[in-house]
Amino acid sequence: MVRVALIGAGKMGISHLAILGAHPDVKVVGVADTSKIVTDVLEKYSSFECFSDYKKMLEKTKPEAVFVAAPTKYHGTIVKELLEKGIHVFVEKPFCLNVNEGAELVQLAKLKGVVNQVGYHNKFIGTFEEAKRLMNSFALGDIQHFVGEAYGPVVVRKKQETWRSKPEEGGGCLLDYASHVIDLVNYIVAPINKVHGALLKSIYSGNVEDAVYALVETNNKLSGVLSVNWSDETYRKMSTTVTVIGDKGKLIVDATEMKIYFKEDKCPPPYTKGWNVKHINDFAEEVAFYLRGEEYSAQIDYFIKAIEGKVPNNKNTFETAWQTDSVIEKIKNNKN
Amino acid sequence: MERILFGDNQFFGVNHVSDEKSRAQMMKFKEDKTILRTIDIAREEGVNTFMCTTHDRIGNICDLIRQEPEKYKGFNIYPCMPYAHKYANAVTELGIVGTLKQYVPGNFFGSLFKGGMAFVSKDYMAMMELLIDAEMKMFKGINVPVIFIQNVLTDLIMGLGMKDVLKEYHEYIIKKHNAEPAYITMNMPMLLDMLESVGIKNPIICSSINIDGFRMSGGKELYEHTLKTREVRGIAMQVLSGGATPVKQALQYVCGLPKVESILFGASSRGNIHETVSLIRQFDAEKK
Repeated sequence: MVRVALIGAGKMGISHLAILGAHPDVKVVGVADTSKIVTDVLEKYSSFECFSDYKKMLEKTKPEAVFVAAPTKYHGTIVKELLEKGIHVFVEKPFCLNVNEGAELVQLAKLKGVVNQVGYHNKFIGTFEEAKRLMNSFALGDIQHFVGEAYGPVVVRKKQETWRSKPEEGGGCLLDYASHVIDLVNYIVAPINKVHGALLKSIYSGNVEDAVYALVETNNKLSGVLSVNWSDETYRKMSTTVTVIGDKGKLIVDATEMKIYFKEDKCPPPYTKGWNVKHINDFAEEVAFYLRGEEYSAQIDYFIKAIEGKVPNNKNTFETAWQTDSVIEKIKNNKN
Repeated sequence: MERILFGDNQFFGVNHVSDEKSRAQMMKFKEDKTILRTIDIAREEGVNTFMCTTHDRIGNICDLIRQEPEKYKGFNIYPCMPYAHKYANAVTELGIVGTLKQYVPGNFFGSLFKGGMAFVSKDYMAMMELLIDAEMKMFKGINVPVIFIQNVLTDLIMGLGMKDVLKEYHEYIIKKHNAEPAYITMNMPMLLDMLESVGIKNPIICSSINIDGFRMSGGKELYEHTLKTREVRGIAMQVLSGGATPVKQALQYVCGLPKVESILFGASSRGNIHETVSLIRQFDAEKK
């Protein structure tokens, strides 16, 4: 059994907690949150021990691993403290608000030799995995261009403010929605290392952007466009799509479908010339406990298995998440 | 419960295997009347129960149904609450306390009366009851013999180990709404264990059950074993597992399982509705 604690029981924290609670190899030793109503409900109805101060929790419960799902502005401080204690860390995305701070944590995690993972769950979705596999085998030939998109209905009218509407606390569409798209492009296509120009548009939010449009380039000189908008109510929930066009074909992939077009007969089996459509049920792997999507359980299972030494710690590491943070910073620095 | 239940995913763009199809469906069912017309087609095929989320637009459908009491005599709705995305989006935007402020009726936090009292006295069950009552309002005057908790919530409560919440929900639905409490889950065998542990016997559980083992957490064999050996009133959903297997084969599998009292399906066209209903009736008849 791996002894796990949680810091931050908001939307993602509670979701992680439920999955951890049902995981056969995990013992949840403590939950820390500053909201009294949250810890109160948990104390009353669950069997988890709750704390208002995470430092006290660490001292008392001595966890081997900690899930950090506190607001992004606290990630740097909390994660550093955990690494220094030699604790394995899973932290929610985005990784850090400051790239220097992130770089330090990447080094520290390596030095301490602890398992480190960030919650970019798309990498645990079968369709994106298959897209990555095909891209690795150069199935599309020479790449000409890519488009990374995400749309959804988070802020669809002017409303009261929370930390999500404060840029200094990690709010805004760039850090929330766009970080997913950047991370996926980095993974499926190649790491983005240049931003030629970006528009950060406020639509309903007063202080943060609701949409991000950027012209980018990867480290192998591929050009691409990012188009992200969390104020689009024509989408029922967040929908993320990556499109890649190459001289041998074209790929369009989202969390439910992978469509790939091949120009010639010579293409990787079982695919054939023309359009090929695969659905998530062709790829989804069974999980022991399901909540909201296989990927949320799969990423946690992967982290626990990495601690147990059953899988390598090479998916969604601090390092790749830091690369995503770096692109976010470049977009901020290149906004028009 | 009726053998065949008509679902609502297709009306609100819920499609688990294609984002693109889901958007096309949202366009098709823009008008409430188009939704009701499709429900009527299912009724013509003898399917008299509509199982639906507490989506805002269901309120409009209920209004239309109430206008024609004669036509909809004997028609049942099985509500599934809450419509999770409404709350999930609200939590993303407003946080947990902000969401409660927005949705718990009666100015929950401001007032010291009713809801306010519940908050001050930390009576979270009273809060839950108020939320249930608020969601149930739209079904006033309509037959609602079974009420479900949506899978996101059931599974969240289960993962957090909050068994007593399930027990209180169960008792409240019977007592206040005079209906049968039921559960949707993606983890059927695990849920059955938890419900039994708080004394809930032979519960109504709706879960993915299909020949491909899609979204059957713990595995298809475990589900089959559970259905064969334990007391449960099963409802099979996602029986076509998103179209991975031919319809005939997929339905034959589900019709052949024990303890599956009902089969839930959704379809948009008369042809598909007719095909599914006839096949289920055919396989059931062959069994007898």
